[in-house]
Order: sequence, then structure tokens, then C-alpha cells
Amino acid sequence: MKARVHVMLKDGVLDPQGQAVAHALGTLGFQGVGEVRQGKVIDLDLAETDRAAAEAQVREMCEKLLANTVIERFDIEIG
Amino acid sequence: MKAAVLVFPGSNCDRDLAVAFRNAGAEVTMVWHKDNALPADVDVVGIPGGFSFGDYLRCGAIAARSPITRAVIEHTHRGGYALGICNGFQVLTETGILPGALMRNAGLKFICKPVDLTVETADSAFTACYARGQGITIPIAHHDGNYVADADLVARLRDEDRIAFTYQDNPNGSTAGIAGILSENRRVLGLMPHPERAAEPAHGGTDGAALFRSLVGALALA
Repeated sequence: MKARVHVMLKDGVLDPQGQAVAHALGTLGFQGVGEVRQGKVIDLDLAETDRAAAEAQVREMCEKLLANTVIERFDIEIG
Repeated sequence: MKAAVLVFPGSNCDRDLAVAFRNAGAEVTMVWHKDNALPADVDVVGIPGGFSFGDYLRCGAIAARSPITRAVIEHTHRGGYALGICNGFQVLTETGILPGALMRNAGLKFICKPVDLTVETADSAFTACYARGQGITIPIAHHDGNYVADADLVARLRDEDRIAFTYQDNPNGSTAGIAGILSENRRVLGLMPHPERAAEPAHGGTDGAALFRSLVGALALA
């Protein structure tokens, strides 16, 4: 079973990399770009075949390693 | 006084840290990240600067889940001392031993230069040889030294006198200019500046030596 994890900085945590990307887009002439936030996508290939069990497993992975929940939030897609 | 210095793949200040401990009078053992246990009777664990595991995922994230780090967490839970410098500070926040997080410098650049710090407390084994309010100059060398803490955490750190050092001219966007913090029991210090790089005259400055002197002195008496 495949899982995809999106890790993003929590709202309110300043994202200097996102700001730099926004600035660079403006330099390239792209108009009307508001806030830019940068995150990570992590794809996992799991042996688990049960959807709920896979989600529970990935949630634990996120809490223990994949995200730093002090500053980041995560979303999990299964399948 | 016995010190252990951890070595991860990508650590690059491990030997400098060992020299600083030795020059202050400590007996030092280097400990590889795959080891499961610290040497017996270790008083303080040094977690050095560098780029453990290539900073993959997040700075310090993989090192924080290494076998030896589990032993360090147990050591601190038993009331043992630990000193995390730069990447070592990142490892300590990733384990949760110290609160908050370190993220990309606000200016996005890697900064490598001496900076002026203020010693915010002399009430710890690490800072006893400094005076509160003393200005010292210590080099920084980091890309991810922007200390993030919410208002509640900053208030708690202030109330409990756990902010050890602040930047006089905030180089990286750290909340409240925080450069280093202490654990609740004051036995764990994490800081971004490198005191081991300002510990003997040939370094161009010796303001960091007092940190090692403080620690070895405090633990020799204990």
C-alpha cells in the first residue's frame, strides 16, 4: 500500500524559504503572488494492506520522525 | 570528571569538543552513534556540531533517533549532564530534551562569524564562571540556528531563568534573540554558538573556555 505524507510548517511559523521563493517569483515578473509556504512530500511503500492500519502506522511515523510537531503539521494520503 | 563525546556520520566538531573538555581537565571518551550505551560513570555527554546524517529530513532529526541517543535521553532522565553545541542543540530539541525547534536562518544564509553574546544566567554548571550580563564573543557557524519558541515557552524560559545566552545583534531571527537554553533541571545546555572554537588563544578568542571550566569545576566537586 502506498502512502504520501505532506509536511508543512504550522500556520504562524515564519517560513523564510517560502518568502525567498515568493520574492524570486516577483523578480521573474509573476504578478499577484501572495504568501508562499514551502513543505515536503514523503512517499512510502508499505507492506500493510489494511487502509486504517496503514494510516495509523504512518501517523505514528509522522509523530515520531517525519514531522517535527513543534513547528510542523502533516497530512496523510493513503492509496 | 568523565565526558563522552558522541560521533555521528557528519559530525565535524567532535574532536574540537573533546580537546576543549580535555584542556579543562576532563577525561574524554568518543562514542560512536551505533553504540547502545554510554561508558560507565559518564558525568556529561557532549553532542558536537556538524551535519549529522547530512542534515537529511531536518537538522538533527536522524541523530535524535540513533541508538546512542536513546542512552543519552536515559542519562538526562537520570539527572545526567549534557551539552549540545550547534547540531548538538538541534539534536537535543529533536529529542524533546530541550523545548522549541531550530529552523532555517531568517536571512536564509549560512552564517559563519564571531558574534557577541550576553550571558543571561550564571546559575548553572555551564555558566558559573561567567557573570550574569557579561558580554562574550563566540563564533557561530550554522544555516539552521533560528530558534523558534511560542510566547508561552519564552515566558516560561524567562520565568525559570533558563535562557543561558542571547545574541546582542540577532543574526538568524531567533525568538527573543535566544542563542542557548537550559533544561528544567539546568543540567542540559543547548546552544548554537561554538564555545569550543573560542577556547584557546590560537583560536583568536578564549571566551568559550570558561564554559568548560565551569562544567568541569562543578562536576569535579559533585
